[in-house]
Amino acid sequence: MEIIISSIIILVSLGILIALFLGISSKIFFVEVDERIQKVRELLPGNNCGGCGYAGCDSLAEAIVKNEAEVNACPVGGESVANLIAKVLNKKSILSNKKVAVVHCNGSCKNVNKLYEYKGFRSCKLLANMQNGGDKVCRFACIGCGDCVKVCSFNAIHIVDGVAVVDEEKCTNCQKCISACPKNLIDKKLYSIKTKVLCSSKDEGKIAKNLCNVSCIACKLCEKNCQSDAIKVINNVAVIDYSKCVDCGVCSEKCPRKCIIKAE
Amino acid sequence: MTFLMMLISSALVSNVVLSRFLGICPFLGVSSSVKTARGMGIAVVFVVFISTLATFLINKYLLEVGGIFGIDLTYLQTIVFILVIACLVQFVEMFLKKYIKSLYNALGVYLPLITTNCAVLGVALTVVDNVKYPTLIYAIFYSIGTSIGFFIAIVLLANIRERIEYNDIPKAFEGKPIVLVAACLMSIAFYGFSTLNIGG
Repeated sequence: MEIIISSIIILVSLGILIALFLGISSKIFFVEVDERIQKVRELLPGNNCGGCGYAGCDSLAEAIVKNEAEVNACPVGGESVANLIAKVLNKKSILSNKKVAVVHCNGSCKNVNKLYEYKGFRSCKLLANMQNGGDKVCRFACIGCGDCVKVCSFNAIHIVDGVAVVDEEKCTNCQKCISACPKNLIDKKLYSIKTKVLCSSKDEGKIAKNLCNVSCIACKLCEKNCQSDAIKVINNVAVIDYSKCVDCGVCSEKCPRKCIIKAE
Repeated sequence: MTFLMMLISSALVSNVVLSRFLGICPFLGVSSSVKTARGMGIAVVFVVFISTLATFLINKYLLEVGGIFGIDLTYLQTIVFILVIACLVQFVEMFLKKYIKSLYNALGVYLPLITTNCAVLGVALTVVDNVKYPTLIYAIFYSIGTSIGFFIAIVLLANIRERIEYNDIPKAFEGKPIVLVAACLMSIAFYGFSTLNIGG
């Protein structure tokens, strides 16, 4: 009997002490949460993709409320979300420069030959470490196993004829595919500008010409004809500076290899 | 030297997960990627250290014969320790949220999860039963060693699991079964450490 009573007394008093301790410390360590953070958080898409450069939607909401980030910082939500957030925070909305992913390769099955027949687990990461960095003769080509397709939460990237192609309408610039590509072929571009370079072969012109039907051979015709100084041949491949490009389409007309494309 | 032996023996020779079968739930549950496994491991090291410190002192000055009450209350160890660990985890969470926000974000959901991690309670209970070295400094080294053992085990398993993803596994073994097989093989490998015979 004594044991029961003493143990009950000790445990009850210990429980009360701990409850008091936790109650007091929750008052001392109370962190004020801004109501607006919660509201902004609810407006954000909630994919936690990290495309904005913050750890997730929670930290972006906090940054927006603290004025560390713009209201249009969320690349996934785009203009509509930016407008809603601006309304919550009583701010003017800024027109967002929508960006989309672009795959700098057009080495489809008919444009580039296979070096060997690979029959195993289909993974770009795996194949990138094999002979020639993939089963195609061009070692810079898209492997086409679809690692980017797997990570895309928006069904915006697909493998078409052995090459990844971005659906610009669906793409939200969350940049998951950019980090998933072991060949570093994917980059972002402005949605409004339709001109894009579909090659990233850093081989010299002569070699690149033999490997692929649509390879950039670094002839610099595009660079010479560009009026706005926006396209440059760097490391044997043409690169567009989207801050200068006016989308005139001269480079795609002049390109003898048809590796610069202006989509309609 | 004894401290070093203590660390090695508690981390490797009698590894908390692989040879004492404590904390299996988080070991299998959150080891699907190295990143989360690392978060869980660090959180466990942190909580085990603090809770062992607290429970050792409570046991010595409250529950044992030489304590404040003067009577033997060691039969209350389990329930009191659970109470204290749960309270401490809550307190640590509040403290981190206020003062070390980055660590709080890094540990994330794993911090409150640890309340029910049996490795934490297991360490607290075995430390106070240590008759050979009943001092605080040994309790601290033992707790650090054991939790580092947990960290090593969970990060190793997470690495193995990430590699398993790329392999062709028979249909019957897909998912959890192959993880259990991997854990068993790890356990057998760690069994080899028992021949070290370093005492402690």
